[in-house]
Amino acid sequence: MIAEFGLAALWLAAVLAALQLGAGIVTLRREDEVLAALVRPAAIVQGALAALSFGALLLLFYRTDLSVKLVAANSHSLKPLLFKLAGAWGNHEGSMLLWVTVMALSGALIALLERRLPERTMLATLAAQAFVGLGFYVFILAFSNPFERLPQPELEGMGLNPLLQDIGLALHPPTLYFGYVGLSVAFSFAVGALLTRQVTPAFARTMRPWVLGAWIFLTLGITAGSYWAYYELGWGGWWFWDPVENASLMPWLAATALLHSVSVLAARDALRAWTILLGVVAFSMSMVGTFLVRSGVLTSVHAFAVDPERGTILLILLALYIGSALVLFALRAGTVAEGERFSVTSREAALVMNNVGLSAILAIVLLGTLYPLVTEAFGVRVSVGPPYFNPVAAMFLLPMLAVLAVGPLLRWRRDSIERVRGPVVLAGVIAVAALVAVLLAGVSGILQILGFALAAAVAVGSVLPLKGRSLRRLPLATWGMVLAHFGVAVSIFGMAADAAWTKERLIALHVGETTQVGPWKVDLAGVEPVAGPNWTALEASLLVSYKGGEPVYVAPQLRSFWSPPQQTSESALLTRWNGQLYSILGEEAEGERWQLRLWWKPFVTFIWYGGVLIGLGGLLALIGRVRLDLKRRYVTARGKRVRGEAPDAA
Amino acid sequence: MSTALAPKHQRLVLVIVAMVALIGAALLAIWALKDQASFFYVPSELAAVKPTPDQALRLGGMVETGSLKTAADGVTITFIVGDGDARVPVRYRGIVPDLFEEGSGVVADGHLGADGVFVAETLLAKHDENYVPRELQDMTAAQKREVVSETR
Repeated sequence: MIAEFGLAALWLAAVLAALQLGAGIVTLRREDEVLAALVRPAAIVQGALAALSFGALLLLFYRTDLSVKLVAANSHSLKPLLFKLAGAWGNHEGSMLLWVTVMALSGALIALLERRLPERTMLATLAAQAFVGLGFYVFILAFSNPFERLPQPELEGMGLNPLLQDIGLALHPPTLYFGYVGLSVAFSFAVGALLTRQVTPAFARTMRPWVLGAWIFLTLGITAGSYWAYYELGWGGWWFWDPVENASLMPWLAATALLHSVSVLAARDALRAWTILLGVVAFSMSMVGTFLVRSGVLTSVHAFAVDPERGTILLILLALYIGSALVLFALRAGTVAEGERFSVTSREAALVMNNVGLSAILAIVLLGTLYPLVTEAFGVRVSVGPPYFNPVAAMFLLPMLAVLAVGPLLRWRRDSIERVRGPVVLAGVIAVAALVAVLLAGVSGILQILGFALAAAVAVGSVLPLKGRSLRRLPLATWGMVLAHFGVAVSIFGMAADAAWTKERLIALHVGETTQVGPWKVDLAGVEPVAGPNWTALEASLLVSYKGGEPVYVAPQLRSFWSPPQQTSESALLTRWNGQLYSILGEEAEGERWQLRLWWKPFVTFIWYGGVLIGLGGLLALIGRVRLDLKRRYVTARGKRVRGEAPDAA
Repeated sequence: MSTALAPKHQRLVLVIVAMVALIGAALLAIWALKDQASFFYVPSELAAVKPTPDQALRLGGMVETGSLKTAADGVTITFIVGDGDARVPVRYRGIVPDLFEEGSGVVADGHLGADGVFVAETLLAKHDENYVPRELQDMTAAQKREVVSETR
């Protein structure tokens, strides 16, 4: 019954989305109070129904209902509960349902909360949201039904890819999805604003918290995904430029650009058309990402079974949405009046540099990701990896970091270099000092050296806006900016340190033998079998000591899962404040020796600390903005009460 | 030093700046892609192209049965990758992926040494029933049948 209930809820949600779209379109063409009054409730109920449907799927996985095809194919009665639930979205059908659920919920939230914009713009926005949602409902119901029953219940489930049985999987995809789909709100707002010709600072202020929210999820999702790949894949790297990683990076790049341009629009009423375009591009990149991952066009560690039919349908949806939004933009962009002007030395100009740089990197990542598909059409098979992405992206990233160190110090509209000369010189001196220091320390590699120097400059530049201001009265949003920019510096430092100072040791040891990696002495004390809930493993006991200090045990494992049968290497990490010792157990080599791969990675953790700081900065800014909006709304409402007017919805 | 732009043209200037940066990025990307993308070959193709030692390549094929040997250090392996027509010796230092074994498909990332031995930096084996390195999917029908029958 639960499966049928979930499917019914999904059908109803789709019908409501159609209603929401239809009513929205009609009210855009002519006044119709009855239909206009329908749109918001339709969005709210649609969100609730989609949530119920996803809840039903979770319940099926919770109970391991093996009469449902998806559960039988992706779960197992012996799996730990968390991974049973995570199985609900660790596959094509479930993840598409999660996608549409998050989308419907965010539509419901704007319908429920947003009252600042003209009602016509809101209705157009909700109609756009329903337009996108409807396509995905149709896709799920027609081609990807997660609730399909088996003619005969299975006796036992097939299990779940062991690589994916990890706390990282439980949290990483939903986090990214909140980000991807949160950007659909920005997309819908952009379309709504274009349709009703309302590209105003009020529009930017309404859109900003949604962009911020989506961006925070994307930031944390990418950070978590990077760490997950780092410890789970056992290759010692933290970013592989895998198509699926790029699929999450591209929306983030666009969202980061959008976040900065929307601030310009909100504060200064400039960059109107550009902000709209970014709103369209950001969600388009989310959809391109979903298409790349879900269609099976690109196979990677993350991708699931290939199904060309679904891929084609997703491609059609993608072309329909991106195409129609871009056509609308092309038709209407000319009618968006030019915004306020600004000088070359101004906060706006610095933010334009940020936007241009991010867009250029986005183009580079997009081209690199799609290039193998293009060459394959000509019968040439290639793969594109770090030798392309690292230097080419850095060519735009490094100048952007230099602008980032200085930009926040500039005033809006018009400023002069003389006024900020002191801080600029300070950041420059720090950068040069860092450069000399790492050169003296023997670091080679141009990217690492410049990375260290710019990380130092950004770290200093990011806190300089605090100078001369009353810290207690500083708006939360400014604290958020400072924290996020400082996080960028921390992360860049981690990347440079990992690239410059990583030490690796690959060796086969007898039990009782000792080896050295960087400052660590590693002693193979033993290799023993251990067992878990759905696996058995060989576990190495490594006795490790840092520079002759107190020894500590670490225990990498070679795990064998039995459903499905598969082996994985479980890395063991020892974290110190100044880096991580990373160990992997390989197979038994000739002569009763065990293969070990060890890395000492100084400051590698700073990469993810930085990511978390960036996300926290976003969170502070979001709280600050929302609090300010609430206060403003309260003051307006009270003002109206005092004047004896009705506290209206606008 | 307020070098305000001629107000009339500000939007035009911004559009031009953005276009120049984006087109520049795209041209740079295309130029770098030609240079840096690593091409995929099966052994018989590799014999025909004769790549230089500094060129990044991917080599795909079957690990020949009986060819896998471990060196004295216990972490360097050598094996032969074949596609039925040609054979290429491969050397790899590292921990092999879980499904790597003789008689099954493999994709090796690396470069062809001057001595004719392919030096692999990473090995990708058939991952699980849902994941085959993309290149292996495109092998000739006979090669594919072999991979499938051997690795199932």
